[in-house]
Amino acid sequence: MMNEERASASEIEGAVETVCGRHGNTPSELIEILHDLQDMLGYVPESALPVLAKKLNLSRAEVHGVVSFYHDFRHNPAGRVTVKICSAEACQSMGALPLIEEFCRRNGVTMGETKGDGSLTVEPVYCLGNCALSPAAEVNGRPMARVDAAKLDAAVKEALV
Amino acid sequence: MTTTLYIPCDYAALSLGADDVVAAIRAEADKRGADIKIIRNGTRGMLWLEPLVEVDVDGVRHGYGPVSASDVAGLFDADFLTAGSHALSIGVTEEHDWLVNQERLTFARVGVIDPLDLKAYDKLGGWDGLYRAAKMSPAEIVSEVTESGLRGRGGAGFPAGIKWKTVSELPGDQKYICCNADEGDSGTFADRMLMEGDPFCLLEGMAIAGLATGATEGYIYIRSEYPHSIETVGKAIAAMEEAGFLGDNVAGSGKAFRIFIRRGAGAYICGEESSMLESMEGKRGTVRSKPPIPAVKGLFGKPTVVNNVLSLATVPVILAKGAEFYKSFGMGRSHGTLPFQIAGNVKRGGLVEKAFGVSIRDLIEGFGGGTATGRPFKAAQIGGPLGAYVNEGQLDLPMDYETLAADGAMVGHGGIVVFDDTADMAGMARFAFEFCAIESCGKCTPCRIGAVRGKEAVDKIMNGVDVAANIALVEDLCEVMTDGSLCAMGGLTPMPVRSALRHFPEDFDRAPAAAAAE
Ligand SMILES: Cc1cc2nc3c(=O)[nH]c(=O)nc-3n(C[C@H](O)[C@H](O)[C@H](O)COP(=O)(O)O)c2cc1C
Ligand code: SF4
Ligand code: FES
Repeated sequence: MMNEERASASEIEGAVETVCGRHGNTPSELIEILHDLQDMLGYVPESALPVLAKKLNLSRAEVHGVVSFYHDFRHNPAGRVTVKICSAEACQSMGALPLIEEFCRRNGVTMGETKGDGSLTVEPVYCLGNCALSPAAEVNGRPMARVDAAKLDAAVKEALV
Repeated sequence: MTTTLYIPCDYAALSLGADDVVAAIRAEADKRGADIKIIRNGTRGMLWLEPLVEVDVDGVRHGYGPVSASDVAGLFDADFLTAGSHALSIGVTEEHDWLVNQERLTFARVGVIDPLDLKAYDKLGGWDGLYRAAKMSPAEIVSEVTESGLRGRGGAGFPAGIKWKTVSELPGDQKYICCNADEGDSGTFADRMLMEGDPFCLLEGMAIAGLATGATEGYIYIRSEYPHSIETVGKAIAAMEEAGFLGDNVAGSGKAFRIFIRRGAGAYICGEESSMLESMEGKRGTVRSKPPIPAVKGLFGKPTVVNNVLSLATVPVILAKGAEFYKSFGMGRSHGTLPFQIAGNVKRGGLVEKAFGVSIRDLIEGFGGGTATGRPFKAAQIGGPLGAYVNEGQLDLPMDYETLAADGAMVGHGGIVVFDDTADMAGMARFAFEFCAIESCGKCTPCRIGAVRGKEAVDKIMNGVDVAANIALVEDLCEVMTDGSLCAMGGLTPMPVRSALRHFPEDFDRAPAAAAAE
């Protein structure tokens, strides 16, 4: 995965070709295809949409409609470290909201965005299925329970090296 | 002699460092020349004890938890491999109060076995239901499920047998079984625990549903937030195909059934069944108008059973032990058991499978041990983000679909989120609107606009602006959303809002803002 880098036009075209082929160019598998594309490129580039539409025999509007509906698909590359801190009720009951606010402020990043230097992305998530061990979080996909500021900082630092 | 240890691979255990514990135990065993074998099981559901390390001594499992990598040398010093005593010892795992006081039917094997060990599954009653179903007619299977009283565990509580009957009796060369594993509700993780701890059980239930309805294909829609579930279920499907439990001749029935996984993409509304079907067809997750119901026109327009993970995973035990056995648990019209999930601000959080009828208090105080912070209990939200907030006075209510409904609450997917006295219920009402605004599919106005206006109104209340007028506005919006929404996203968002207003009016009684605040 090429974090924080934009893919070139030919890379994008190649990736679309590969993932569509993997799914037999089946339009009903569009969401699987988008996941695979994001796994390869780190995001779903705007310029991939017309190529996808052509491959799958869909209109550009249809593809755009799907990409924009689902929260999972990033329109830009993520930072080197992606942090998800759950903001749903069970995690709120253990102080997730002030924790998130403070984490973002301390790291100079806005929820849902990537820091200017490309080091850190904070993404919103509603429930990680770890609600008995709240607040729950993930740092670059690594599950973490009962997080606090110190645990988050340590995990981010570790992920950056 | 080799000593067998069990250390969970469940997501919750991993989030507490189970892999580090495994590595530390391996290294220490090497150092000391101890001959051990580590089995990665699911979790028993005692999540406050994770990572829970179990040692098998003469066929009896002794538990130690919560273990961290730094405890490992000490455990060896205390001879834990022969069940030596240690500060982290919990004794014989299966004699622990938390487990003894449960009725584990759906979760009988979760936490006990390696989730992908076909032999272990078989030894503990796996396939009994499927083999029995393979010798029955579709109508007989359907009537067994109907007789058991099993109701949908995804939230709505609709009788599973009736849905199956509709699909079974419809003509059609292509029918589908779609398993809803979107589990978006905050406070719920039972679907995840089952998929990671006993995936064969879910797949066996789906295969039985296939035999009962004539469906030859099954799809599981798993939310993308659950990559571990996706991986485990994928491996379980492959293992079952190889063993002949899926494919052209399911368990010798002469009938075909195959299962595929579809990933969600971070949209809560895709847990609503028709939105899920749209998503599985590769489209935006916009809710469909009903009729037609999915049983008649579901996936790709074909007759489709949509059931929650827990509904389908409960089918094998019903077929194996009979409808009467299952029906003997529960109360009123809520038959059988429900895997309750105790979450949030609670000392001992985890999964408790109990017959319907257990009180909310037993779950929160008995099993849960009260709040994690040790502060007084204030509220619990039951049944996910669309469920009601209950107060102290409601804690003795029994968990039963009809009883809770009569009290303006709902069982939903069995999640219970506990809050202590620092919770601001106006803030929680605001969040209910905000969540609906973020997750609405946008198809109908009451939901799309109502949620946004509701959030604004609660903001004003919280800032002390025209409090009485804004409370009245919130009530009006709730009425419009309840009556005018196409699905339960908009239709039930008023439930948490109204219950917060009704049971915690003091939290909405904000002091008027200073004149300059506007
Ligand atoms: C907004 C919304 C979200 C839902 N989320 C889920 C879910 O995550 N899992 C689930 O099984 N059912 C969910 N449901 C209920 C489904 O629409 C449907 O009733 C259920 O999957 C049917 O299966 P069952 O009869 O076995 O419960 C949701 C409903 C709504 C309105
Ligand atoms: S109530 Fe909300 S989520 Fe449901 S159909 Fe209407 S807009 Fe969509
Ligand atoms: S609510 Fe945060 S993990 Fe479920």
